Amino acid sequence: MSTSALLIFIIVCALATFATRVTPFVALARHADHPLILHLGRYLPPTVMMILVIYALRDFRPLLDGHLNAGANGWPMIIASLIVALLHLWRRNALLSIIGGTGGYMAMVQLGWVV
Amino acid sequence: MSPAHAWKEAGKLTLPVMFGYLPLGAAYGILAVEVGVPWWAAVLMSLIIYAGAGQFLAVALLAAGAGLVELAVATLMLNSRHLFYGLSLLKRFQGAGWRKPYMIFALTDETYSLITTLPNVHGNDHLLAFRISLLNQIWWVLGSILGVLAGTTLTFNSQGIEFALTALFIVLTLEQARRLRRWLPFAIALLTGLVGIWLVPDRHLLLSAIGAASLILLFHYSLDRHRETRT
Repeated sequence: MSTSALLIFIIVCALATFATRVTPFVALARHADHPLILHLGRYLPPTVMMILVIYALRDFRPLLDGHLNAGANGWPMIIASLIVALLHLWRRNALLSIIGGTGGYMAMVQLGWVV
Repeated sequence: MSPAHAWKEAGKLTLPVMFGYLPLGAAYGILAVEVGVPWWAAVLMSLIIYAGAGQFLAVALLAAGAGLVELAVATLMLNSRHLFYGLSLLKRFQGAGWRKPYMIFALTDETYSLITTLPNVHGNDHLLAFRISLLNQIWWVLGSILGVLAGTTLTFNSQGIEFALTALFIVLTLEQARRLRRWLPFAIALLTGLVGIWLVPDRHLLLSAIGAASLILLFHYSLDRHRETRT
């Protein structure tokens, strides 16, 4: 990718991000209480988060050549996801959950802890 | 209060964010270098995009060779929650003057949480919110630089660090579930996500699933309205 294409990519992403932050301040001030806005504001974010989890786990392949798949797209991603969820339900510390799960995943993928 | 003292006070308030942003920013920097993003581009993204999950997503889309339209739509969708942050800060940011555009630009989840949980103090209120916003971005940019340095110079085996993104989304989903206590959005996500994996090519999956979910939510809204007007 050329430098100019990369710059355009970053600028588009920056503008899209800023747009989501600035829009209510310039446009939606008078409609803040519209029920449709409230409805989407309530339900869209959790829906998007869950879709992102599914998206992130989409490559999961339980079996590889008839054996349990211990590679990067195998059981380590499911076990590490469970570590994240359990740590988070237990301590509710986002940082701990993320570091614990990622560390576990890296260990399993790099050292082959899953047999 | 002297400026130095005021910055110190604001710094204390941002400490929890610092502990989150330094390692997460570093994870982002390492990941960016890992997938082949030049170091200056990775740092530039932290300076002018400044969005945790958004930057992870941008790096993933960059690595996957996604198009600009897809990037823009995915970013808008992912950050659509920011729309609702702004709505609740319309009054709060009034009269912030030249600092206001920056405070809107820097409105991340963590900054929003800090600013909205602050006790409402008169006078230096805007100044404190501005200092918190700026310090948080400094932590994020510093973390990114650390990650980029680690990614390019250390012989650190970072294979698997991209799982931090998955972990972040799992944590955010659990937080959303705890706040909302409704199964509906998660059922919609499961439906559109799994049907999407089944039917849609990989690079259009996110967009199609989120688009379909938004339509279902619109439909659900009109059903709700219909029911209300009849009863």
